[in-house]
Amino acid sequence: MYTTELQKTAKVASTEDPDKLAAFEARVAADEFIEPKDWMPEAYRRTLTRQISQHAHSEIVGMLPEGNWITRAPSLRRKAILLAKVQDEAGHGLYLYSAAETLGTSREEMIEALHSGKAKYSTIFNYPTLTWADIGAIGWLVDGAAIMNQVPLQRTSYGPYARAMVRVCKEESFHQRQGYEIMMAMAAGTADQKRMAQDALNRWWWPSLMMFGPPDENSPNTAQSMRWRIKRETNDELRQKFVDITVPQAGALGLTVPDPALGWNEARGHYDFGEIDWEEFYSVVRGEGPVARERMQARREAWEQGAWVREAAAAHAEKHSRKQEAA
Amino acid sequence: MASLPPIDIPPATTGNGAFDAPADDPNGALFDYLLRLGDDSLVLGQRLSEWTGHAASVEVDLSLANIALDLIGQATLLLDYAGEVEGRGRDGDKLAFHRDVLDFRNCLLVEQPNGDFAQTMARQFLFSTWQRRLLRHLAGSADARIAAIAEKAVKEVTYHAELAAEWVIRLGDGTEESRRRMMDGLEWMARFVPELFEADGLTAFLAERGVAADPDSFRADYEEEVGAVLAAAGLPLLPQQRPILGGRRGHHSEHLGHLLCTMQFLPRTYPEAVW
Repeated sequence: MYTTELQKTAKVASTEDPDKLAAFEARVAADEFIEPKDWMPEAYRRTLTRQISQHAHSEIVGMLPEGNWITRAPSLRRKAILLAKVQDEAGHGLYLYSAAETLGTSREEMIEALHSGKAKYSTIFNYPTLTWADIGAIGWLVDGAAIMNQVPLQRTSYGPYARAMVRVCKEESFHQRQGYEIMMAMAAGTADQKRMAQDALNRWWWPSLMMFGPPDENSPNTAQSMRWRIKRETNDELRQKFVDITVPQAGALGLTVPDPALGWNEARGHYDFGEIDWEEFYSVVRGEGPVARERMQARREAWEQGAWVREAAAAHAEKHSRKQEAA
Repeated sequence: MASLPPIDIPPATTGNGAFDAPADDPNGALFDYLLRLGDDSLVLGQRLSEWTGHAASVEVDLSLANIALDLIGQATLLLDYAGEVEGRGRDGDKLAFHRDVLDFRNCLLVEQPNGDFAQTMARQFLFSTWQRRLLRHLAGSADARIAAIAEKAVKEVTYHAELAAEWVIRLGDGTEESRRRMMDGLEWMARFVPELFEADGLTAFLAERGVAADPDSFRADYEEEVGAVLAAAGLPLLPQQRPILGGRRGHHSEHLGHLLCTMQFLPRTYPEAVW
């Protein structure tokens, strides 16, 4: 899954050594990877830490809407696939936390920032999963949007992040196919199943488009992030690509995209689509999504109720290593 | 639920896989035995999947989902085979999602609630340690299909048993709180251990034919292995009490019905649908 880009300003402090900065920018412009021990401007480090940790948090919070359906998956095969998928997401979270840690922030600090509300995660996970078709729609649309965002990140300038993205992208493309396959079964199924499928598309379509972040004219950091090769394509470019690919897929399912303004524009060679309700987006960013409280409560509870387990594991490891030293 | 007396049902009213499949019907006995094996994996896999997203750390979450996934895979193989043996057109899904409690054949241990992480690990440790030994025997079953499934599954379950034993030791040895919780968890689960070794006519019938394993043959090894882990964890031996039985005959705890409500909701609500 993906994190909506929510960074604040990424201004380079004037205190940075101009020679080092120039050398850094030249390396990045030449498409070299920046590695953990290389010199980097503080603003680059901050921006990346924020982006990678948001991405990691999104993977972990993203386990909840789908976890909601594992116990109710309608067949043994679907249950196994969904378990494997959610397990992949936990894995993505782990190596993204590790990638972020190479920038000098510990996993505990990042998790604390998530639980205090200081750190953000993708707004998409603050919508509820109401029916089994939502599991299809999430795979198809949400993971589809994630892939669109993440494929360019395989060439992002920070080495550990780029390498993590190579693996993540492979698994996400499996996730998207399993989602689409669920939608195919539902759309070709009984009247009840078709109703669920259409309803899921209606609810998830617009939030999926919002996953690409604010429009370019309101995304002040895009220029800097592109210059640093943290980002490779603008929000609007990626969003358009997603719409162009996804609309025919909806057609193949026999489902209707909930946008009356949607239509093929021969001259542009793209689909035109309706205005996104950015007030909805910013509300959800502010933490006013329908199940934002439930998601954060679940994460905090898991962490707090698991404290004794982590403490016990640490205490045992400590005793064990003392015994080994004594031996 | 405790040690209910056997219920006599006239043979004429029982069919394959019915409440008391007659032990002199090889197919009926095999079907029932496969349900026991398959339902153990299914119900425990379902229980573990309840944890997803709520464990103490991402690593723990991953390991629980991993075990759940293995178990659901085993259940699929075993129940699909059960359906073939029965020969009434039911497959694994039909058996998993369209039976009620009286026809479930899992042991009582696997349907126990997750409780806290220590209780979950107590259940896992006691079950996987048993299941590993059972599967080792079944890998040599005269039934080639059971042997193949067991051979695949025993590798998975070896990991489950090791992971659970490590946690029992870690929690038993860790802090005062973790030790107390681990003891509570083991106390909750211990009363269901004797059922794992219950040998009835069906087991005897199939064991004689080399198809099933007689659990009594590895009971002493099991007790020794459990005892060694508890000793390493600094924990007392399992408390002894009158065994609680019934799962293999469809007489379950109150918990199973609720688990099935959740698990079976979609296929039961929309019986015509294909997912």
